[in-house]
Amino acid sequence: MSRSSHHERGDIGARFPKVDGAGKADGSGVYTDDLAFPRMLHAKLLRSPHAHARILNIDVSAAERLPGVIATLVGAEMPAKYGVIPWTHDEQALATDHVRFIGDEVACVAALDERTAEEALRLIRVDYEPLPALLSAEEALAHPEIKVNEKAKVGNITKEVKLEFGPVDEAIATAAAITRERYQYAGSTHAPIEPHCAVARVDGDGNLTVWSSTQIPHYVHRELARVLGLPPARVRVIQPLLGGAFGGKSDPFSLEFCVAKLALKTGRPVKILFTREEVFYAHRGRHPMAMDVTVALDAGGRISAVDNKILIDGGAYASFGLVTAYYAGQLLTGPYRFGTYRFDSKRMYTNKPPCGPKRGHGSVQPRFAFEVALDEAAEKLGIDPIEVRRRNFIGEDVETVNGQRITSNGFLKCLELVEQASGWKERHGKLGPGRGLGVAGSMYISGTAYPVYPNEMPQSGVLVKLDRSGRVAVFSGASDIGQGVNTLLCQIAAEELGCDPREVTVVAADTDLTPVDMGAYSSRVTFMNGLAAREACEKLARKLKAAASVRVGDEIELELGTVRGPRGSISFAEACQLAEAAEGAPLSATGGYRTQKLGGNYRGGTIGASPAYSFTAHVAEVEVDEETGIWKVTRIWAAHDCGKALNPTLVEGQIEGSVYMGAAEAQMEEMVYGKQGLLFGPSLLDYKIPTSLDTPLIDALIVESHDPNGPYGAKEAGEGPLHPAIPAIANAIHDACGIRLRELPFYPQRVLQLLQARVPGQERRTAC
Amino acid sequence: MSDSVLIRLFVNGEEHALAAPPQRTLLEALRYDLQLTGSKQGCDKGDCGACTVLVRERSATGRGEPILACITLAQDAQDLAIITIEGLATPAGLDPIQQAFADCGALQCGFCQPGMMLSARALLDRCERPSLPQIQDALSGNLCRCTGYTKIYEAIQVAAGLREPSSRAPVSSEKALPSDQVAYAVKELLP
Repeated sequence: MSRSSHHERGDIGARFPKVDGAGKADGSGVYTDDLAFPRMLHAKLLRSPHAHARILNIDVSAAERLPGVIATLVGAEMPAKYGVIPWTHDEQALATDHVRFIGDEVACVAALDERTAEEALRLIRVDYEPLPALLSAEEALAHPEIKVNEKAKVGNITKEVKLEFGPVDEAIATAAAITRERYQYAGSTHAPIEPHCAVARVDGDGNLTVWSSTQIPHYVHRELARVLGLPPARVRVIQPLLGGAFGGKSDPFSLEFCVAKLALKTGRPVKILFTREEVFYAHRGRHPMAMDVTVALDAGGRISAVDNKILIDGGAYASFGLVTAYYAGQLLTGPYRFGTYRFDSKRMYTNKPPCGPKRGHGSVQPRFAFEVALDEAAEKLGIDPIEVRRRNFIGEDVETVNGQRITSNGFLKCLELVEQASGWKERHGKLGPGRGLGVAGSMYISGTAYPVYPNEMPQSGVLVKLDRSGRVAVFSGASDIGQGVNTLLCQIAAEELGCDPREVTVVAADTDLTPVDMGAYSSRVTFMNGLAAREACEKLARKLKAAASVRVGDEIELELGTVRGPRGSISFAEACQLAEAAEGAPLSATGGYRTQKLGGNYRGGTIGASPAYSFTAHVAEVEVDEETGIWKVTRIWAAHDCGKALNPTLVEGQIEGSVYMGAAEAQMEEMVYGKQGLLFGPSLLDYKIPTSLDTPLIDALIVESHDPNGPYGAKEAGEGPLHPAIPAIANAIHDACGIRLRELPFYPQRVLQLLQARVPGQERRTAC
Repeated sequence: MSDSVLIRLFVNGEEHALAAPPQRTLLEALRYDLQLTGSKQGCDKGDCGACTVLVRERSATGRGEPILACITLAQDAQDLAIITIEGLATPAGLDPIQQAFADCGALQCGFCQPGMMLSARALLDRCERPSLPQIQDALSGNLCRCTGYTKIYEAIQVAAGLREPSSRAPVSSEKALPSDQVAYAVKELLP
């Protein structure tokens, strides 16, 4: 296989293969369920069969008598409430008196093997007093007297946000074109292929270690110590290889508390592996939202007003819901300039599995609604869909209507690339019956300016250690969840130190050994952890150069494992030895990402504030069978401005995975519940996710806008590229057959209904 | 707890005997009895393909065809020669499929990939130069949630010698002109 020297070196911008690739390829990589310890017990969770009920009594005595059962656990043994956000601690590892959805955890049994534990669950007797269940956001709003979760101050509202920027009603009154429609997003879930798993072990000195398939080891560490009442120094959380997450593993979960408590009770290692069904109950997926959106354009096609009223179905617990209510409004204000803007979003507690942050947290749903509305409004003025997006481009180094600071912005280049690659000018509106092209754009955060719990400490820390053998060890708290941050850390070390990236060891996501990092969420890892790593490596490079200058002279270059100066060159290891001798101590340096003060000067103005925003444009191509409503998205061109691709292969992977996931939500994904609140078909057969045969061809195009603040100019790539997929598909279906889809997913029967309701002459979109 | 039965398994060229309950699945036997943890459990009911292994009659040649270990009883696999992901590499190194998956970025979280790579290996064993539709068809029983399948197709084509790994260069965006009107400052808008 041919490789460029760039590729071999593995410095910034190289298509360097993932450092954990071989271990994943040969089956030797260790995921949480691959861990086993002597005398390890297996535990199972008993779950509520009621969507809403009071617990009157729990009797575990019969379960405890079953041979092979070693211990049982009920909520009263660790009743403290927890939650990822400190203002909404509203969950218990096991419910003490109140269950809130079918699948809520009630009791736990540890046994010699999994089957015995499962058998024992059937012997636990729980007396419930069923309560009326609220199964939609509308019901939750209509029945404040029924309290799903006591944490709600008013009725069942987790959080309501109302913000207005400028005279919205005035702008609407004078608009040249308006669309005012209701859009609905059905809930969807992450469905990582690895089910959640946790293993706990207590050593003879009382130190607890929990290995968990989590993307937030730091928060799990904090909450474990708090809920179990242990000193944080006695608790260690390690994240092994993680088999997919997408936001679905970014809350502390009951299984982590239960294995820990059972290990403390029994003195034996304990494992819980969720079944696929349980993964669906753990959920934290994308919120169902009903959005009443008004988009107004002036005569020049400029967006003069956007008004969005959003009702969010949150499920039984808050999770990140406080943030969701903000993100649903705050993240819509680019890449276009809004003249005026208003949103009113309410997140409701309901008796269903809790929603949370799924890739593109909070903003995928409103983005769908807005981009379809923009298309429709532009059509009324006879403006081409790409042209209207170009005309409203907000620019670089500007502030959005809601006070977010945009630095770099490559959105125009993204539009240009997808326009060219898709043959838009020649093909849009001209593909013949049943075939069409659609476009959409979006922006997303590169991390949040403020951490989930308020503090002045760095959001991400990296420690780099060099030793006399020339070995570089990077200690990083960041979670590699498949996106490849461990590989980027090797590349950053190679770039700064001139070492061979293959001689870099990364020790990551271990709360005993690594500095704190907040976790893999909100697309923060490359930006924040990358800056921290670069800072640490820069400091070490200065030490190396200073020490080496004695031998090779000043003006030193560090490159490819060689330290070169005017008086000759020495090896990287020799330079390390000189520096260690000069230092008189082991060589190390640290770097940290410090939170910047950002955001609008109003209540909530900091939520949605990010040190940099990424931008994306998609063009989707579809084929619709107008007889049956069956449609297929055949190809998506996705151009994404990631600032700088530190590793183009990894960035393309993030774009492709995002496009796939967005297209999946448009096509088939929905969490469907019955009248009693039971989730239908909690399996990968019934909850359909796309196979290779359902996935469009994806063209990932990277745009680099070189952000002034990101590491080497980089911004995020993991979540932004998902957003435009759904509206681009909806707009393409409109181009193909003249219908406007406003409710997800776009089931063929929905498409057919709209096709049948068409009036003559509506078969195609208006030509521009 | 149920009574155990004796089960003989022939895996990656080694013969194993184990005592396990009769309902022991092949996946459980591989993962928990033989510690071959490369085969993954994603759904435990034959939906996701992460547990895919290759099997053939012991008298037959070749590597065999993909089956789902999670819905195969270990007892029923006793007459078969089984290849798991641990048996795909040779002392000389990774199989070309494994190498290509690692080089092309086809491995993100990596969890579905042992099954995916074995399905891909079986495809290339019966069809040296597969078309894209043939690749898509052969992988349709293996769910991947990370990659959108794009780099998996690329890796298989690279392993088959049909193409080189992607080398498309990123495109630089020029410094954008400020939008034609200055964005509104928040302070002017709030009461």
